[in-house]
Amino acid sequence: MLKDEDRIFKNLYNDLGWEIDLAIKRGDWSQTKDIISKGKDFIIKEIKDSELRGRGGAGFPTGLKLSFAPKEVGSRPHYLVINADESEPGTCKDRDILRFEPQKLIEGCLITSYAISAHTCYIYIRGEYFREGQRLQKAIDEAYEKNFLGKNACGSGWDLDIYLHYGAGAYICGEETALLESLEGNKGLPRLKPPFPALVGLYGCPTIVNNVETVAVIPTILKKGAKWFSSLGKPKNTGTKIFCISGNVNNPCNVEEEMGIPLKDLIEKHAGGVVGGWNNLQAVIPGGSSMPLLPKNLCDTITMDFDSLIKVKSGLGTAGVIVINKDQDIIKCMARIARFYKHESCGQCTPCREGCGWMWRILERMANGDATYKEIDLLQDVTKQIEGHTICAFGEGSAWPVQGLIRHFRKEIEKRSHEEPLVKKKTNIPYLIDQHLLEKDSA
Amino acid sequence: MKKISKIQPELFEFSFENLKKAEIEINKYPKEKKASAVLALLYLVQEQNNNWIPLAGIKYVAKLLNVPYIKVYEVVTFYSMFNLSPVGKYFVQVCTTTPCMIRGAKKLTDICKKYISKNQNELSENKICSWIEVECLGACVNAPMMQINQDYFEDLDESKTVEIIEKLLKDEFPTPGSATGRKNNSPEKGKTTLIEVKNA
Repeated sequence: MLKDEDRIFKNLYNDLGWEIDLAIKRGDWSQTKDIISKGKDFIIKEIKDSELRGRGGAGFPTGLKLSFAPKEVGSRPHYLVINADESEPGTCKDRDILRFEPQKLIEGCLITSYAISAHTCYIYIRGEYFREGQRLQKAIDEAYEKNFLGKNACGSGWDLDIYLHYGAGAYICGEETALLESLEGNKGLPRLKPPFPALVGLYGCPTIVNNVETVAVIPTILKKGAKWFSSLGKPKNTGTKIFCISGNVNNPCNVEEEMGIPLKDLIEKHAGGVVGGWNNLQAVIPGGSSMPLLPKNLCDTITMDFDSLIKVKSGLGTAGVIVINKDQDIIKCMARIARFYKHESCGQCTPCREGCGWMWRILERMANGDATYKEIDLLQDVTKQIEGHTICAFGEGSAWPVQGLIRHFRKEIEKRSHEEPLVKKKTNIPYLIDQHLLEKDSA
Repeated sequence: MKKISKIQPELFEFSFENLKKAEIEINKYPKEKKASAVLALLYLVQEQNNNWIPLAGIKYVAKLLNVPYIKVYEVVTFYSMFNLSPVGKYFVQVCTTTPCMIRGAKKLTDICKKYISKNQNELSENKICSWIEVECLGACVNAPMMQINQDYFEDLDESKTVEIIEKLLKDEFPTPGSATGRKNNSPEKGKTTLIEVKNA
């Protein structure tokens, strides 16, 4: 188990207070000026050496991402955008950083902005986090008062302004290009890549978009050194991570742990075990709803890091662990996730817009025992038609959990399905009508 | 599905304070990129107009930001947090996505059905409360939970939810936060980490 002194977020539960004076006592803003005086190349190299991978879900190496920003500022200004649009079911780690460790985030913003030559930083926070946003705004104001932000921020000679921008309840705005569209005042429809935001991003200017947790750990990495960070966890999957353990566990909680911790340890030690004991475990969704679920036999041995989860055809994602025990109807659970995706699809690409609704309706039928055997393969086919045929990764995110269900729980679905009836019931559904009219309560 | 209210006020204008707030929001963005402030201004409209946005408000924002009406209209209909028809003074949003569902969000919606109104988006009998099912609100560790206006009510069970809703119907605002009294997102039966940390 990770030692307390190696944990980055010491105020995860707000035992110590979030105010700036208390945060300074914890070591925030302590060597910021020295770090910045060492130069951009030093900062980026140190982050590369620490092998920090983005904490927002995709696990892209952060040092590499920062190095994509143009070295010299041309005619267009550079921007740093922080993605605090945390909406992935099962994930609530950023909320705690925004509430209780805002100074770590703000300090990270300053260092990162300097490294990519940005003078303006926008924090895009989801609209539902109104109270968290107020708290963050207070923290930003406090930092301005202490001259840690603004002109000559923290005595480093770098100017930085941080602005808060509220979203308005669209899951898709967590996708980086959709987030930029939303920030520009449009609907949150993802953009086609390339060009990548690092070159053409916000207002057509070079922009780096990073998750809250990624940016918040950067100051600590630079203070304690890349070696310290990379000594934690596993090679290529270094450092610590906040895990959110929710669902059928005795003590659901957020906890910062080392990467590569066995899933069983995480659940038994920190979350008080599965409700009804470990043998009552049915499945675990290891990384937020977009990642395929793992059945119990895999959960016994799996470790929580990017690469080992990819090996079992799942992923770490945002590390939102949803535990589902045998009292739950697994098909119903996945049908609900499919409904989430149906609701949140932005509607730009046809495969996703239509396919998410199909998947939900088929799964709902399966859960109710109205489906035929043929429909299992049909469902698999639909997921394959969505995956890879959309502009953004939402297509994969919606298709993977369904594929995971079919892969691991096909027998369960078959048990409830039946052969196609010889005499088909006549259904009188006119062709080409608005699909929502068919749904009972037009969800 | 978003329904646009049939009863619409003819005029909408920001109050003096909100106009000032709007200016602050607009100044966050580069001068020629005023349109970025559209979400912030719509929030102000919603705040001023009893938690819903009238068509006149959309037109007003479009004029203020100098963008076509349709651009603001499409933004309003795209984002789920903007209400286009009146909602209750107390707007209850129950999270029903999987992590909350498996910890019993259905009980919460049943209580809302029983105490507030039979259907979503309908006002309660005394016209001050309405409820709706929403997707993940990002407090999964504290499931099941609901949001009332801006505040989160977490770790709910049946009796606690009934208590909260009854208070609302009496036009009182209950205290937000965890219903079981646990500290934020720490494990309920004692912390397993960060046991002896102190501010140095």
